[in-house]
Amino acid sequence: MSEKVKVTIDGITVEVEPGTTILNAARQIGGDIVPPAMCYYSKLEGSGGKCRTCIVKVSKGSEKDPRPMPKLVASCRTTVMDGMEVMNITSPEVLEARSGVVEILLINHPLDCPVCDQAGECDLQNLGYEHGLQKTRYEFERRTFERIDIGDKIQLHMNRCILCYRCVFTADQITNKRVHGILNRGDHSEISTYIQTAVDNDFSGNVIDVCPVGALTDKTFRFKNRVWFTKPVDAHRDCPTCKGQVTLWYKGADVLRVTARKDIYGEVEDFICNTCRFDKKKTADWVIEQPTHISDTSVIASNHYETMKPLPVIQTDLRLQQANKVELEKTAKF
Amino acid sequence: MARKLLLEHINVPGINTLDVYRQKGGYRSVEKALKTLSPDDVVEEVKKSGLRGRGGAGFPTGMKWSFLAKPEGVERYLVCNADESEPGTFKDRYLMTYIPHALIEGMIVSSYALGAKTSYIYVRGEMMPQIRILEKAIAEAKSAGFLGKNILGSGYDLELYVQPGGGAYICGEETALLESLEGKRGNPRIKPPFPAIAGLYGCPTVVNNVESIAAVVPIINDGGEEYAKVGIGRSTGTKLISASGNLVRPGVYEIELGLPVEEFIYSDEYCGGIANGKRLKATVAGGSSVPVLPANLTLKLANGDPRLMSYESLSEGGFATGTMMGSGGFIAFDEDQCIVRNTWNFSRFYHHESCGQCSPCREGTGWMEKVLHRIEHGHGKMSDIDLLVDVSKKIEGNTICPLGDAAAWPVASAIRHFRDEFEWHVREPQKSQQTNYGIARYAEPIASGLKQEN
Repeated sequence: MSEKVKVTIDGITVEVEPGTTILNAARQIGGDIVPPAMCYYSKLEGSGGKCRTCIVKVSKGSEKDPRPMPKLVASCRTTVMDGMEVMNITSPEVLEARSGVVEILLINHPLDCPVCDQAGECDLQNLGYEHGLQKTRYEFERRTFERIDIGDKIQLHMNRCILCYRCVFTADQITNKRVHGILNRGDHSEISTYIQTAVDNDFSGNVIDVCPVGALTDKTFRFKNRVWFTKPVDAHRDCPTCKGQVTLWYKGADVLRVTARKDIYGEVEDFICNTCRFDKKKTADWVIEQPTHISDTSVIASNHYETMKPLPVIQTDLRLQQANKVELEKTAKF
Repeated sequence: MARKLLLEHINVPGINTLDVYRQKGGYRSVEKALKTLSPDDVVEEVKKSGLRGRGGAGFPTGMKWSFLAKPEGVERYLVCNADESEPGTFKDRYLMTYIPHALIEGMIVSSYALGAKTSYIYVRGEMMPQIRILEKAIAEAKSAGFLGKNILGSGYDLELYVQPGGGAYICGEETALLESLEGKRGNPRIKPPFPAIAGLYGCPTVVNNVESIAAVVPIINDGGEEYAKVGIGRSTGTKLISASGNLVRPGVYEIELGLPVEEFIYSDEYCGGIANGKRLKATVAGGSSVPVLPANLTLKLANGDPRLMSYESLSEGGFATGTMMGSGGFIAFDEDQCIVRNTWNFSRFYHHESCGQCSPCREGTGWMEKVLHRIEHGHGKMSDIDLLVDVSKKIEGNTICPLGDAAAWPVASAIRHFRDEFEWHVREPQKSQQTNYGIARYAEPIASGLKQEN
C-alpha cells in the first residue's frame, strides 16, 4: 500500500489514499465543505463530471508543483495530489460559478415540485434552495416532453431530467442489458428507450433510486403520499436475488414504498431487486431493524425523532471537532 | 512570392495521383525517415521545427509527441483529426482533395516516429468525396509499398484506415473523436487521463490535425532547423488560411506566419481587398470560435503596431483587444454586415452542436441563442445584453471540453467590441429590421476605437 497523501480543503487537512478524488476527500472530512454532486455516484464507475455543480478551485496543485489549476475543476473527477490545497466554500469564485450552474440546470426544469413525487428528497431541490436565485431570468418556453411509461413499474418524466447519466450507468453496470440511453444531442437530448421498449429486468427499479430528480418515479408510489408524511425504517428480508436490505416508508401501518438504503449523500448502499422494491409491500414480508437515520437538514426529519450522528472521522480527529463544533454541540443538546 | 511548403505543387495537373506526386519529390521524407532516421530522431526534428498544432489550440506538436506513453507490449495509435467542421475553416478539405498524398506521407512518417502500427484518419461524414480520394490514394501508396508490411525493407509495418464520422462538430474534439472512432456516442471524455496515456481503446494515442501531419513532410525533407527559419518567433513555418466573407478573392492561402494582416487582406497576392469597394468592418481571425474583432483592432495592435498573422500577434492584448489564431478560418465582414445577426448565427451553430453532456453548455448555448434571436428580430431588451455577458461567463471555463468556451467567446467579444450595435438593435427594433448599423467607428484609428469601448 502506498503512502497516504495530504490534502487541504477549505483549511482542513485530511490524509487520504492516493487516487482519491477531491470530492471523496471532502466527504471524509464531512460537514459544509462537501461539494454538492448531482451526477457523481460513488457506486457507479465512470459517473460524474457532467453536472458541474461540484466544481472547486485548486489554489495549489501539489507539493511538487504548487501552481494553481487555471480553471475550476470538477471535484468528483479530479484526483488529489500530495499537498494539494482546494477552496470550496471559502472561494467566492466557486460559489458564483456554482450558482450559475444551478441557474442553468433550472432553466429547463419545470419546477413542478408541488406535484412531484421526488419533492422532499430531491437533490436539485436542495441545491436550488442553497444556491439558486429567487427568480428565473429565463423568459422562454421550457423544453417539454411527453411522459413515457418504461415498463409497468417505472415512469419517465423527461421534463424534469437533468441528464446526469446515472440511470444509464446503472443499467450498464448492474443489469445484463441496457435498453435505454441518451438520444439526440445538446438540449434536445433525452433519456429514452429504443422505440419505447419496456425496461424489464430484475434490477431495473434501481434507476429510480439513482435519479437525483423526479424524472424516474416509482409507479407503485406515484401520488400516494408526500415523502415527508411517511416514516422510514430500515428492514431486511432473505432475498435470493439481492442483499435484501431496504428502507420501508410507512404511512400509518401501510408500507407505501420500498427503496434501497441511502447514505448521507443520497447514494444507495446496496442495489435492490425489483421483487423487494415493487412486490413486497407488507410488514409481514420484512424484519424491521430500526428507524432510518435522516439528516436533520432534510424535510423528512421534520417529524422524525433521531439525532444526527457526526461521522466517525470527526469524532476521532481533534481538528475536525473544532471545524464541526456547531454540529457537535447540536448533537450534544439532543 | 512567399515560400510555400504544403501547397507548392497544388496546380500541377494530376498531383492527386501517386506518379505525379512522386515526380515532384513526394515520399522522399518516408525514404529518408525510414532508412536513415530512428523514430526518436524524427520526434527530435519535429521538436526543433517548433511546429505548433494547426487544429486550433496551437500546442507544440513535438512536445505532444514526446508526452506519448510507451509501455511495453501495448499498441500505440496515431489518429488524424480530419473532422473539420468549424464555420469558416475549410483548409483540410482543400488539402485532402487536391494533395491527398501529402497527408498520407505525413501519416507514415508520423506513425513511424510514434511507433504506431495502426493509424486512422477520422474524416467528417459530410466529406464523402474526400474519403473516396483518400481511400484511392491509400490503395496507390499500398501497392507502391509505402504502406503494409515491411515498408521499404525497413521492417516497419503500418496499416492506415479512413474512418468516416457521423458529421457532428463535437467529434472534432480529440476525446470525442476517439469515442466516436470506438463506435460510441461522440461525447468528450473527462480529462485526465489524456489521450497520450489512455486514448483509443485505452491505449496511448496521439491526435493531430491534417495540416500538422502534412507539415511533418517538409520538416523531415529539409530538417527541423530549416523549417524553423520560416515564420516569426515561436510561430514557425507556414499556415493554411481559409479566407472567406466579403473578400475579392476568398479561398485557401498558404502564408508564412508573420505576414501582416493588412497585407493578407489587401494585397493582390492574397485576398485582394474587400469586395465591391466596400470597407472592412470586422473580422473573425481563426474560425467561428475565436473572438470577433473590429477592423481597427484587426489591422493594428492596441499600441498602434501592425498586427501580424502569427499565434502571438493575433492573441496580443488578451481577449480585451486580441483574438486567436485558431484553426485559420479567416472571415471578413464588410460595412453592410450585421454583427448581431452574425453572432446569433454562430450561437445557433453551437446550440445545435453541443453534445448535451455537461449542463452549462447544454442549457447555456440554447439560452444565449434564444436571447440573441430575440435581439436580432427586434424584441430585445437593454438588460438582455448584460444577461448575455453573464451567461457567457457562466459557460466559459466550466465545461468538460472547449466547446463551451468556443460558444461563449464569440458572444462575449461581440458585445465587448460592438456593444453600441447591440444597443441600437434594442433601441430601434423597427429600423434594425430594414437597415444595418453600418460601419460606425469600427474602422477609425485605435485611440478613438478604444475610447468608445469605455
